Amino acid sequence: MEHFSLPALSRVVISGGTHGNEMTGVYVVREMAKNKVDKIGSASRTTVLSNPEAVKVCRRYIDKDLNRCFTDALLSATLTPSSPYEIKRAHELNALFGPKGSPQAVDILCDIHNTTANMGMCFIFYRFDWITLHIFKYIQSKASFGPVRAIQFDTPLPEAYSLEAVAKHGFTLEVGPQPTGVIRADIYNMVMEALDLIMDWLEKFNSGRTFEGGEVEAFCKTNALDYPRDPTTDDITAAVHPQLQDNDFKLLRPGDPIFQSFNGETVKYEGEEAYPFFVNECAYYEKKIAFQLARKISISLPSISVTKD
Amino acid sequence: MSGVTLVNLWMKNGAEIQRKTVDTKPFITNPRAVEKCARYVDTDLNRAFTPENLSASGGKELPYEVQRAQEINRLFGPKGSPEAYDVIFDLHNTTSNMGCTLILENSKDHFNLQMMNYIKRAIAPASCLVLLNEHPLLKYSTSRSVAKHPVGLEVGPQPQGVLRSNIFEAMRVILKHALDFIALFNEGMEFPSCTVEVFRVSESVDYPRDANGNIIAMVHPNLQDCDWEPLNPGDPMFQTFDGKTIPYQGTGTVYPTFINEAAYYEKQQAFVTTRRETLVASAIRKA
Repeated sequence: MEHFSLPALSRVVISGGTHGNEMTGVYVVREMAKNKVDKIGSASRTTVLSNPEAVKVCRRYIDKDLNRCFTDALLSATLTPSSPYEIKRAHELNALFGPKGSPQAVDILCDIHNTTANMGMCFIFYRFDWITLHIFKYIQSKASFGPVRAIQFDTPLPEAYSLEAVAKHGFTLEVGPQPTGVIRADIYNMVMEALDLIMDWLEKFNSGRTFEGGEVEAFCKTNALDYPRDPTTDDITAAVHPQLQDNDFKLLRPGDPIFQSFNGETVKYEGEEAYPFFVNECAYYEKKIAFQLARKISISLPSISVTKD
Repeated sequence: MSGVTLVNLWMKNGAEIQRKTVDTKPFITNPRAVEKCARYVDTDLNRAFTPENLSASGGKELPYEVQRAQEINRLFGPKGSPEAYDVIFDLHNTTSNMGCTLILENSKDHFNLQMMNYIKRAIAPASCLVLLNEHPLLKYSTSRSVAKHPVGLEVGPQPQGVLRSNIFEAMRVILKHALDFIALFNEGMEFPSCTVEVFRVSESVDYPRDANGNIIAMVHPNLQDCDWEPLNPGDPMFQTFDGKTIPYQGTGTVYPTFINEAAYYEKQQAFVTTRRETLVASAIRKA
């Protein structure tokens, strides 16, 4: 099996409130900031509320979705007084924790999100990365809860648009189902446990432990489907079908029901076999997405350990 | 979203809500809030129908929802007068695991009690519970209170901004039975005296908060999603962010509901406690 030696990971950022109404990250970051623990073993840990103005009003965003503001193009655009609030904030966060793609960027950034979809806990990566995949593998094996899944969006770095792209090894921790504006204790407890395990892994890695490789199963995004809509008003004319609702990651086959029209008709799936996720996520109505689809892939993870000086 | 979607549907094609003897109007109460997909624009419309607001002068200077309350009162009221509409069904969703809940504002509204009894029997074995809010301090001035017989219909759990098919269809079926009842009543059917089990609002319980008003605990995992189940003194009620359990310290068993409703954090309410009661509805028949 292949083995890689990688540099120590010393700068960790935990972010919450990238969407101001996804409450787990908001309360986790507030609680961690209260404890003022900024050094855990050999790693320094910073917490940040990514979108404080949106958190104040408990909305996803003020002007523009912050988690779409981190493409290379948007980060290098000139700011003006009339730039959207989130564009300015993205520049600030990039200066604090990046610059994106540079050697000065922080090592790890874990951005905490919630979804109204029944996805359990998901690690979302925009590209393959041995560090983040090993962290995922470790959490998946040690967590007292399940399921824990990995989703890969396969976006080239310049086009990667979310906050975690700023770090060398960034990932989103997406947990659901939880309504916007609500804090559920069971979800909060899951995320706190996952974060403890992440810091635990980092400490072990930095101390020289070798993490064995192996096959890791992940979901690779392929496409998304919108709701059926009225052509004149653009209003949706159907809801996610009860047989698809809450069945994220359950294999969807051609002929399976996907929408229930308001007039009672069933709309059936007509694509290739695939795994649906983000099924009925409330923020995606405006993005014209009822659910996303993925294929299952198997990644051969090499073993890794820290480079010894 | 269930109520918004149903009303928009019926405004395009109202066939399923028409009954021969009943004049039924589908109506969007807060169109500007619907446009923004927000609960309200300036102030909660469902708290705005107070006598002070309904008689306030100021026209366009008034908060949007106060203006809207006055308009609704003109259209379907005036509240408390003989000209007011007979029934208003006020369609709501909640993030709480309340299932289908009918909300009653007056324990002596025999017409409403009979309708609720009819609905409960019609959908059995599916359940529809009745929440009675007659509490002098906790009751509030709802949009439906403009009518002679206000009926709240609360269905959950559903996140804000989301349309769930099962929740949407459950609300639709309850409305169907409610309108059937009114049609049968108008056609002269007599409804004999019956009993109706209700959950009477007793107390509002807030989250523990710090000196700045921030919550310092969450609804405990053992209480989360347990609407209508008995809560006994000593049972876990809240969990602090650092993992400690805060137990319920009331004097007897209560039945909590509206547990962890998103909109109630700002209203200082984690849940309400209720007590079970059986009300007697008199026989009714159209005069």
